Amino acid sequence: MSHTVFLGMAAGVGKTYRMLQEGRAERLGGCDVVIGYLEPHDRPETAAQAEGLEVVPRRTVDHRGVRLEELDVEAVIARAPQLVLIDELAHTNAPGLAHAKRHEDVDDVLAAGIDVFSTVNVQHLESLNDMVADLTGVRVRETLPDAVLGRADEVVLVDLTPEALLDRLRAGKIYAAERVPAALNGFFKTEQLAALRELALRQVAEEVEAKRLVRAEELLRPRQDRLVATVAPQAVGERLLALVTPRPSSQRIVRRAWRSAQRLGAELDLLWVAPPGAEPPAELDALRRLASALGAHLLVEYGDRVADVVRRVAEERGSTYVLLGRPQHRRGLGRLREPLLLELLDALPGVDVRVIADRSHRSP
Amino acid sequence: MSTVLALTAPKDLLLVALALVCSGLTVALVRRRRAPGISPRRILFPFAGEGLSEPVLSAALRLARAEHATLVPAFLVRVPMAMPLTAPIPRQCGEALPLLEAVEQRAARAGIPVDTRIERGRTYRHALRELLEHERYDRLIVPAEDFGGADVAWLLEHAGGEVVVLRPARIPSVA
Repeated sequence: MSHTVFLGMAAGVGKTYRMLQEGRAERLGGCDVVIGYLEPHDRPETAAQAEGLEVVPRRTVDHRGVRLEELDVEAVIARAPQLVLIDELAHTNAPGLAHAKRHEDVDDVLAAGIDVFSTVNVQHLESLNDMVADLTGVRVRETLPDAVLGRADEVVLVDLTPEALLDRLRAGKIYAAERVPAALNGFFKTEQLAALRELALRQVAEEVEAKRLVRAEELLRPRQDRLVATVAPQAVGERLLALVTPRPSSQRIVRRAWRSAQRLGAELDLLWVAPPGAEPPAELDALRRLASALGAHLLVEYGDRVADVVRRVAEERGSTYVLLGRPQHRRGLGRLREPLLLELLDALPGVDVRVIADRSHRSP
Repeated sequence: MSTVLALTAPKDLLLVALALVCSGLTVALVRRRRAPGISPRRILFPFAGEGLSEPVLSAALRLARAEHATLVPAFLVRVPMAMPLTAPIPRQCGEALPLLEAVEQRAARAGIPVDTRIERGRTYRHALRELLEHERYDRLIVPAEDFGGADVAWLLEHAGGEVVVLRPARIPSVA
């Protein structure tokens, strides 16, 4: 099975239209194609492309008296087509369904051996969320983990110049006439669209480059070393992951990690592995504000075994460096376990692990 | 004689050994509890600009040491109106971090715990207001050279803890 994602810079560039076009072409080629979920947005051209394609009925969910329609994963899997078209990959499902997010539904469909075409806008990508908020002043709530795009077999960029998109908006091809002035004054500004377009173009370029590098590495590397390379396709450049705790000593780790990231031109993720069930302490807010000022991403993950969580996050984020403070001596029975540093070295083949010293204890 | 005989009995030896282990554990726990850590008392030390004067820092460190307090040096940053207040500020962070690190190293040599901050605002006073809202503190030390009279008056009116305004002589800066 394969997953193709149609990526666009904003609503109205024609992702759904293009997905349907490709779906129709597949059907003409003899493929069994169905629509799993389509969001036509009352756009006649899009609706016309969908005509003649079989639609799997949606599942209806009652949530606080409101009737919501969602993708019916079981129905799609029971229908067992060769290809299913599923719109809005970043969508958050109504409460009570098996998965919280639609991309998880898509994983189920793929696991059932069905090919998927899906759509998403670049502003939904988790790693770009802050950047998009800075560019547009709009914080996107529905986010998509970058790893989902990284795992896709093909990412198709649906591109349009900002001017052409604005023309389409003014012509009423994207939103109804009464919504156009608000859209023009809000999200749909030439400068913002140009910036989003650049993001989308760069994202696809990086995906292509990453896949090329991964294929090259697969040919070169012995099998045991392949783990990180194959699951971290977004690691085109460097990406740093610093292990922190909500304590003052972590500020030093963050500072040093940030300077390294600046020198490498890399993104910086900060990770706190919290004990399961732990309440976020007040000190976490200070760390969050520092991360925001630095342009770093603060991640809070829960888990008993730090090395396992770090390994998972490093794979998801495509980390090439892991930085940590000097691990504290274990007490009691903890002494019997392997030191964290060795655990990390074993868990992260191909990733540099760096211990940050406390320079305040260095001789002046 | 009878006492010695009694102590040499295996049961008593076991009890003595148990008592020794328990006392060792108690000492270890007490030591651990007394280990130096972050003091609950906090002295907020906001500053702005490109440097920090040596006398001001020395005074802040002296006060923190005398009160067994954690020093919270906070670098205040002005964010231009053209940028969102929450936007990353790498250039300003590039200036702030070496300065905060210098303060941290000085404090570490003096055995004073430190918890550094970078606070953003449209103006220094705005950043100061944000800092006071976010941070718990018992005392505020303000370098007079970084804040004008109006700012100090505002602080005296709004700051919850004690306020110390330091006006140093013209001496070369730390960084």
